[in-house]
Amino acid sequence: MDYIIETHDISKVYGDFTAVDSINLKVPRNSIYGVLGPNGAGKTTLISMLCTILHPTSGSATVNGYDVMKDSKEVRKSIGVVFQSRALDDILTGREHLEMHAALYGVPNSLRKQRIEEVLDLIALGEKADEFTKTYSGGMKRRLEIGRGLIHHPKVLFLDEPTLGLDPQTRESIWEYIQKLNQQEDITVLMSTHYMEEADKLCDEIAIINKGHIIKSDSPKNLKHELKADIITMKVDDKEKFLNEVKKLDFIKNIMVVDSDIKMMVEGGENLVATLVNFANKNNIMVKSIELVHPNLEDVFINYTGKRIVEGA
Amino acid sequence: MSEWEGIYTIWFREALRYIRYRSRILSSIVTPLLWLLIFGTGLGSAIRFAGIAGSYKAFIFPGIIGQTILFTSIFSGVSVIMDRQYGFLKEIMVAPVSRPSIVFGKALGIGTASIIQGVILLLLSFVVGVQMTPVIFIASFLLMIPISVGLAGVGLLIATFTDSMEGFNLIMSFIVLPMFLLSGALFPVTGLPSFLQVAVYLDPLTYGVDALRQVIIGQGALPLYESTFVVVGFAVFTIVLAAILFSKKEQNLM
Repeated sequence: MDYIIETHDISKVYGDFTAVDSINLKVPRNSIYGVLGPNGAGKTTLISMLCTILHPTSGSATVNGYDVMKDSKEVRKSIGVVFQSRALDDILTGREHLEMHAALYGVPNSLRKQRIEEVLDLIALGEKADEFTKTYSGGMKRRLEIGRGLIHHPKVLFLDEPTLGLDPQTRESIWEYIQKLNQQEDITVLMSTHYMEEADKLCDEIAIINKGHIIKSDSPKNLKHELKADIITMKVDDKEKFLNEVKKLDFIKNIMVVDSDIKMMVEGGENLVATLVNFANKNNIMVKSIELVHPNLEDVFINYTGKRIVEGA
Repeated sequence: MSEWEGIYTIWFREALRYIRYRSRILSSIVTPLLWLLIFGTGLGSAIRFAGIAGSYKAFIFPGIIGQTILFTSIFSGVSVIMDRQYGFLKEIMVAPVSRPSIVFGKALGIGTASIIQGVILLLLSFVVGVQMTPVIFIASFLLMIPISVGLAGVGLLIATFTDSMEGFNLIMSFIVLPMFLLSGALFPVTGLPSFLQVAVYLDPLTYGVDALRQVIIGQGALPLYESTFVVVGFAVFTIVLAAILFSKKEQNLM
């Protein structure tokens, strides 16, 4: 496997507080990789170190083959960064932001106009491109920042909480945009988030991070699969008979009865829905309804950390 | 090559920002005019000064130019703190541009803004009855470059040590006002009590004001080459120091 980002026991310590504790991360090229964890888990600190802005206390990391400490300039050329908090200047226009960025990243003069037009097209700022950014909506500002991070054709795009504080609609459109980008361009996206839904929907692979440690990393699907707890809920005409028969099936881990619902914990539920319906038919039991629910990442997170990702949410 | 491009880009942004804040330009012209016309005329009419050849207004004219440069340069330098708090600095910090280049670009941009103000004041010299010739104009212009870059360096140095704008009043009381008052902008620096004399000559702005005064009205206390030497040396010192400290300082993305 070809990894574009690799860290080796990377740590950051502030006095007594260990923000990032010996993290080993391997991010496959051209993937969307999510770093998922609650606020204060060390996500931003980790990204800051990968962006060469913060020096690791110990350990090392490479981005696009360059060491973040020794070749920080090469690393910076290879990456685009969208920060958690806004990094725009109120009194410059969108186009000026892009021009400035292109210049700072040494995009040749002859290419600049074309690249800027491309990006403006992509982020659909339209006529607003020549207005001061203080007149932009939250979503437009975010799109401008993402677009800016792309002007120099980076190999890796870091997105720190890209949809924090955006309304659901804008969030959806940013997600679509990130996916489109990942498919069309030769680019790896490393994003941090504390939204389960976001990580689940966008990422090819996720590292769950809590208190500076990676607790688990895998694809969202495998992570959920590991819980071994798809839930199949059925309604049948003859509940007693069905319960008696279904107990004999060994793929059923657990059965719960809630009113008229029969809830069965199973592994790999997709393949078992048909089996269960056929099984009921064979025993002359009528199936009224059947529903399969996958565990969500929230369940995975609770399973590994013993707490909800957003307290009180 | 790309470093020059970086310096240029950062300079350009700084200058562009200055030009866009029209209210700031206006107030930075009105404030010195108030000093010259009200304070200068008022005090000049009430008191006769020993050691001043022409009018008091004309005497403080170079001093007020120095004051304008001081305030603009230091506050623009300190605005890096706000850049850091409100985001834009991060964009520059992750760019493949070295830290010293960022400092040079900033200092030049801030210097440009200060010099524009200084030039406007030079053009208004008729208000205080000072005759402006091309030679005086060019010599003053050249002097303003190291003065404003050096003071921008002071602002940037303050910014590297400070994380929030809460210390702003402290900066005003302990750095900006003493530098202005001690610079001899408002009084001749000859014949002062010895403790004040020492303080005055420790203030780098004294040399800037003195050089400008020598050039504009021919009444410097020190030889021009001496004061110019100090002004240039100070600019080099603060910028190099700011570049070194800024390079060492870490930035978290938070």
